[in-house]
Amino acid sequence: MNASRTATLQIATPEGVAFSLPLAGPFTRAMAFSIDFVAIMAAMNVIAPILRAMQLLGGDTGMGVAILIQFVCMEGARMAMELFWRGQTLGKRVMGLRVMDESGLKLRPSQVVVRNLLRFVDMLPMFYALGGVVALFNSRSQRLGDLAAGTVVVRTIKTTPPDVAAVLAGKYNSLRDHPHLEARLRQKVGPEEAQVALNALVRREELTPEAKITLFENLANHFRELVKFPEETVHGLSDEQYVRNVVETIFRRRKGAD
Amino acid sequence: MIADLKTFIERERPVWQELERELGRVREGLASLSDLKYSRHLLALYQRASADLARIQGYSAEPELKAYLENLVGTGYAEIHSATRNSRHFKPWQWLTRTFPETFRRQLWGFNVAVMLTLVGAMLGGILVLHGNEGREAIFPSQFGHLVEQTPSQRVAREERPTEFDRMAGHKAKFSAELMQNNITVSLRALAFGITFGILTVVLLFYNGVILGAVAVDYVMDGQIVFLFGWLLPHGSIEIPAILVAGQGGLVLGRALIGWGTPHSLRKRLRLITPDLATLAGGAAVMLVWAGIVEAFFSQYHAPVLPYWVKITFGTLELIGLIAFLFLCGRRASSKPAA
Repeated sequence: MNASRTATLQIATPEGVAFSLPLAGPFTRAMAFSIDFVAIMAAMNVIAPILRAMQLLGGDTGMGVAILIQFVCMEGARMAMELFWRGQTLGKRVMGLRVMDESGLKLRPSQVVVRNLLRFVDMLPMFYALGGVVALFNSRSQRLGDLAAGTVVVRTIKTTPPDVAAVLAGKYNSLRDHPHLEARLRQKVGPEEAQVALNALVRREELTPEAKITLFENLANHFRELVKFPEETVHGLSDEQYVRNVVETIFRRRKGAD
Repeated sequence: MIADLKTFIERERPVWQELERELGRVREGLASLSDLKYSRHLLALYQRASADLARIQGYSAEPELKAYLENLVGTGYAEIHSATRNSRHFKPWQWLTRTFPETFRRQLWGFNVAVMLTLVGAMLGGILVLHGNEGREAIFPSQFGHLVEQTPSQRVAREERPTEFDRMAGHKAKFSAELMQNNITVSLRALAFGITFGILTVVLLFYNGVILGAVAVDYVMDGQIVFLFGWLLPHGSIEIPAILVAGQGGLVLGRALIGWGTPHSLRKRLRLITPDLATLAGGAAVMLVWAGIVEAFFSQYHAPVLPYWVKITFGTLELIGLIAFLFLCGRRASSKPAA
């Protein structure tokens, strides 16, 4: 396991597969902390009338219990949230972050306790200066509490498999009328070129209109250079549709292929 | 390169979706990996997703699919390979009576060092007080102003003066809660300061010893030995060891950072001591809760209200009980030697 320069944590599983976890940066972590701070303060304000009532009605005992409740809420809220929400606090949920073991495993309760115990050292001398500096120079963005507890804060990204079927299915592919030219196209297009074209289609919605026009124009011209299809076959096809047809030709299931 | 990506995704998607769904159920506690048949099925799904990830990893393309599978395999890895970690639920009584004393004994060297540092500090504090009263302001922190403003004899006379009402009445619980809050905060900081390679933990323990030594010698020199024991023993017999236990944790952390006497890497060393640190911190906090109750409800009463022999006997019994608890509790019966 090692950390790459692009703020990801590389983990190799016993199954022989490596995967990476995107690490949270200091800014998002600071935002999450601020949200937690505001939430805890708001919660304290909400329960303040209850604590005051306890002090008034319960006398000395009520006052003692109120002090302890306040202490536990202030010191233990983050710890409790990370314990029960699987490494997340309210702020981390909002910012899409999660604390986890640096080897990719689930958090142990002792890790949650230790990383929160050391929080006050990270906060020295003020505004998380020490923890922030340590995290900046650490390849895993770990503050002192994370280093001691063996934890990292990662970004939780909701991912879905690309809908390649939707990209390739649907419209009629006029290139199919020329199987021998399709075979030549498959022969001439390299794997990297094919993947670039497929990615362009899968991620077309992420591109600006100008970038989309330029990209598909370049790709279509490149593929037109590789194999010349009869003019009547490609007449009226937009650059994007041309690329779509090429990709469908390359990735289409052929007899005996898998 | 996968020749037919569309077919690959269509064929494998049900497996990925089932794995995603089942991992969600495990996370929510709706399914348990203790069911062998279920865990085998989940493992098969995870291994297939891992194989799919390995299949597309040789190529730089399909970033979305790669990100999705990495996320899925990462989640599966965390759940399946951590299954044995959290199989046992936290049992507070077992933790207190077995885990805590076992941990204390496993890291006994740290406690011994903490005791030594406190004793050395106490000797220095005693020597400073023996050499005159001018330095008392510098030794005692501001919250111990009464130790500077009056001699021990004056304080004893004031404490033992008969009064018609209980001066602690109406704020014992509040005082107790404040003591707990303050002592737990200070002790856990002593532990956390272990991250400075133990240096600030050493300083805190030493300074704590200086104050203790100064107070003790001040009272002894003024002939108030009985009052001193009667005042300090009931809560001090638990409070002072609790601070030493927290200091023990700080020293354990400091040693792990320095790496004396171990061939392990820094990460391995820290990983090994993390459960011990949490246990020592929790144990010290529990001890300080008890000490806070005793200090507010018992220690503040002196003769003639509460005879000193009662207080000293109570404190001594507490100390003996604590020693027995820390050194004897949780000991497993030694296994019989092989025939």
